Amino acid sequence: MSGPQPPREAAGEVAERPGRIEAVEVRHPWRWVAVAVIAVLALMLAHLLVTNDQFDWGFTLEVMNQNIVLRGLLVGTLFTTVCAMAIGIVGGVLLAVLRLSDNPVLAGVSWAFTWFFRAVPRYVLLSLTGGLGALFATGLSIGVPFDFLLTQWFGTPQLRLLSIDQQALYALFGGVFGGIVGLGLSEAAYMAEIARAGLLSVDKGQHEAAEALGMTKRLAMRRVVLPQAMRVIVPPTGNEVIAMLKDTSLLVAIPVTTELFYRVSQIKNQTYEVMASNMAAVLYYLLATSLLMVGQYFLERRFGRGYGASPRRPAAAGVSLGPGGAK
Amino acid sequence: MSTPAGAPADAPATPVVRARNVTKAFGHVEVLKGIDLDVAAGEVVCLLGPSGSGKTTFLRCINSLERIDGGRIWVDGELVGLAERGGRLHRLTDKQIAAQRRDIGMVFQRFNLFPHMTALENVVEAPIRVRGLPRAQAHERARALLERVGLADRAGNYPAQLSGGQQQRVAIARALAMQPKLMLFDEPTSALDPELVGEVLSVMRELADDGTTMVVVTHEVAFAREVADQVVFMDGGVVVERGTPAEVVANPREERTRAFLARVRAGEAG
Repeated sequence: MSGPQPPREAAGEVAERPGRIEAVEVRHPWRWVAVAVIAVLALMLAHLLVTNDQFDWGFTLEVMNQNIVLRGLLVGTLFTTVCAMAIGIVGGVLLAVLRLSDNPVLAGVSWAFTWFFRAVPRYVLLSLTGGLGALFATGLSIGVPFDFLLTQWFGTPQLRLLSIDQQALYALFGGVFGGIVGLGLSEAAYMAEIARAGLLSVDKGQHEAAEALGMTKRLAMRRVVLPQAMRVIVPPTGNEVIAMLKDTSLLVAIPVTTELFYRVSQIKNQTYEVMASNMAAVLYYLLATSLLMVGQYFLERRFGRGYGASPRRPAAAGVSLGPGGAK
Repeated sequence: MSTPAGAPADAPATPVVRARNVTKAFGHVEVLKGIDLDVAAGEVVCLLGPSGSGKTTFLRCINSLERIDGGRIWVDGELVGLAERGGRLHRLTDKQIAAQRRDIGMVFQRFNLFPHMTALENVVEAPIRVRGLPRAQAHERARALLERVGLADRAGNYPAQLSGGQQQRVAIARALAMQPKLMLFDEPTSALDPELVGEVLSVMRELADDGTTMVVVTHEVAFAREVADQVVFMDGGVVVERGTPAEVVANPREERTRAFLARVRAGEAG
């Protein structure tokens, strides 16, 4: 090595340690200016919320307490979000697995599904699913496909297990069920891309290590690849859940009326308390989103196992952590 | 064809690995041009050779991580990746291939531990899920194996909390947990810091002493010389020279082997 060498202590000689540096820290006056500006703005906002008589918080609370609003929140907003996301996540992972499969037909089906459901706006899609009942004038049955042709040609009896008549179909698709189907399928298309990104983020060596241990591809996917992909999948999925919560306000296209914002709007239109009514919806959406964020935090922690610093249940596993262990 | 000075003597019992005239191409590049190999039970075979010589590809063919284009490989007398029925060869299904792999342990250059599982969970995973071993028994065996590789106190740590050498030792324990008839090592020390190579090699040395059948792709000439029963030197997709370490490492006949060993030794000295 070239360059000046630091002075060396002679062997055995105890070096006198230099004293702690006493220096004036760098000052940041502009930070204080920014704090002052924000404080003033916050005060102005608070003043507006409290003194402006367009905000009638008592009325807002009353709206939030109405039974029809609560039912709308529970059924149209929360229940629909949970069900549509369940369809979306399971469907999305399935679509991603299909898309990445070696079978070109399966990959093509997945591609076409995603293509269609991403292209159609949710509002339009919901008005479509809401009217699906009209397609089945003779009702809908589960059984052998084209059994009516068999009847015509061979005189076999009808081969049907379960039949729903058109009246019931109208009710089904024209209600929350239709909304869940529409939003769920649309969500599956988006989730497919998220899940695909997650699956592709897992190193090829992980597939190989699992398969070298004798795991089938399916077992390797379930035990090794998917849990690692979840780490990449969960954060954008949190985003999707929150987006879904808000998109339930589109159920009006079905038309479903047992939904938070529809109910709030009804009250708004009857009372002309525009701001106060809207704030009832805003507060409920804020509340629900905050709860979802808490849930997301715990999910991320669960699937981030092995990437943080702490070992799992060190006491239970009977392990003592030496300081030199982590790298 | 490519085996100079006589093919290996036929082993008396069924060899654990028997490869005949194995060929493999990636696109138009022929990486294996007719490899023969016999590995007897309890034998340690080291595959040496420069990068691109095909030694890792050949190793991966033994447990079907790569599909061979020509020739045959048998492990424990059973054809790998293929089955002969009614005078025709049939490719095995994924499930059948998975079943064959259960008895072949593999250790990778980059460890490939499952990062979302602790060391112990990595080791018990396959015995429980693939072999269907009862949980308690799998855990007991896994702890014994971690003890054997010197990591009993790291059972609860995630791979990210272990050094490279420790990770590779967990990976060895994970492979051993399936009680394989054969262990494959693909450059197990190439990704390690120099001061961590020794701990992995000493675990492998103990395995060899215990009579484990091993095929090792390595650049560690010293390990090959001291531990191997048979050293195979490959270059350009063919076996250039094979024999005991005393023959191939200490006293190579072929010019290419000599040149390679000289290069490796120069690298070690520098």
